[in-house]
Amino acid sequence: MEAIRARAQLLRSVRDFFYSREVLEVETPILSCAGLPDPHLHSFQANSFFLHTSPEFPMKRLLASGSGSIYQICKVFRQEEQGRLHNPEFSMLEWYRDGYDYRSLMKEVAQLFAALLVDQIELSAVETISYQDAFLQHTGIDPFAETPDGLMEYLRAVGIDWQASVELDRQALLDLILLHQIEPKLGKGRLTFLIDYPAEQAALARLAQTSQGHWIAERFEVYFQGIDLANGYTELANADEQRQRFAADQRYRAAQSLVQIPVDQRFLAALEAGLPACAGVAVGLDRVLMLQLHKQSLAEVIAFPVDRA
Amino acid sequence: MANFSTNEFKGGLKIILDGQPYNILENEYVKPGKGQAFNRVRIRNLLTGRVIDKTFKSGDTAEGADVQEMDMQYLYNDGEQWHFMASETFEQVQADANAVIDAKKWIKEQDVCTVMLWNGSPINIAPPNFVTLAITETDPGVRGDTSGGGGKPATLETGAVVRVPLFVQQGELVKVDTRTGEYVSRVKE
Repeated sequence: MEAIRARAQLLRSVRDFFYSREVLEVETPILSCAGLPDPHLHSFQANSFFLHTSPEFPMKRLLASGSGSIYQICKVFRQEEQGRLHNPEFSMLEWYRDGYDYRSLMKEVAQLFAALLVDQIELSAVETISYQDAFLQHTGIDPFAETPDGLMEYLRAVGIDWQASVELDRQALLDLILLHQIEPKLGKGRLTFLIDYPAEQAALARLAQTSQGHWIAERFEVYFQGIDLANGYTELANADEQRQRFAADQRYRAAQSLVQIPVDQRFLAALEAGLPACAGVAVGLDRVLMLQLHKQSLAEVIAFPVDRA
Repeated sequence: MANFSTNEFKGGLKIILDGQPYNILENEYVKPGKGQAFNRVRIRNLLTGRVIDKTFKSGDTAEGADVQEMDMQYLYNDGEQWHFMASETFEQVQADANAVIDAKKWIKEQDVCTVMLWNGSPINIAPPNFVTLAITETDPGVRGDTSGGGGKPATLETGAVVRVPLFVQQGELVKVDTRTGEYVSRVKE
């Protein structure tokens, strides 16, 4: 019951935070005739509809219609295994700031976490580090330069024993290293923003070029105590580029023998009509609650985790 | 045997990796945001006893291992093979020295042991949790001396050596916990 009462308080705190900043709360459908072709996300389906893995598409349609800054608290659904930090159905807080980019949004994200994890986070101690610097610092590897063979050599050298049915590509190998060697070191005692991901991991983020000429995504992930709490970016507003990314995802899916996902044409139409420059972020509220209550797993703070639903 | 996917991996499931049988101890699902998901699995090699950590690509499968545990009675050993029999079926199996490496110092003929079979062959023998064995050799100890909790070493009829209290004498029966190798109590015949 303690977790249930704490959740009610968390929701209240989130709403107070946005109310005082005049960000509008919205509700958008969980069902959609389309899905997200991201090959690492698997949606639930109900008859001919997909359950959303995030409210991103309809919220961007609202932004394109002139809604201004908006937020939503809703359940999202992902066909994933249940785990310490995962439940196939979980609570997401997602918000979009009209006129912001990822850097300005990160400041607000830090303020939100400082408000929700009030005894645990010092705003003055927030760390911001790029994906490249995090790799160089914790592994000595340059994620933009190292070859898959070099990455595999590193994994073997540090004793990570892995097994895969197909050859892991460069991104998957980087993920493996991030998981084992870097994530546990992020957010130790303070918020860490991991920013500027490789362009291949851009999802729906806008791309930019670094001074070294590397293409990066204007994307950030927020870590606290080694746990990934939020994912945000400067939103990609270019419809053609978005269409191309969806097509690339579909090709990747086909190559992995995964089903093709119908692309959200209404979302693309909204981008064509014009998405205002904005930045958005998605926060896993269950994980925040878990940290707030100093618990070790999502199951301890969810009323009925999927194995008891 | 059937294949198991990583989402079916849990403590107690037996799988084959690199041709050897393993018992899954723990399975943790991990995923860096929007990236490839993995399962970090802790497994014990049932032949060597070694515990290792292995990371699987989530969704991959492993072949199930045909591992069964059966209660069987210890018959005898000829120095190279230890012979066991299932009391209901009279089925007999022979275990090699490696399989009995822990059990052989505790078991007497007719003791019922848990035999782990892989594809029908014994790979590990677990003795009963408690055994009663006679002390074949031990010093007399000082009568009435209950101070200095160290006790004294005693050799048992199977060759095992355990520490017993000073008042326990040669020829007596003692109960031993085979999991810890410790003396539990004397046993009156």
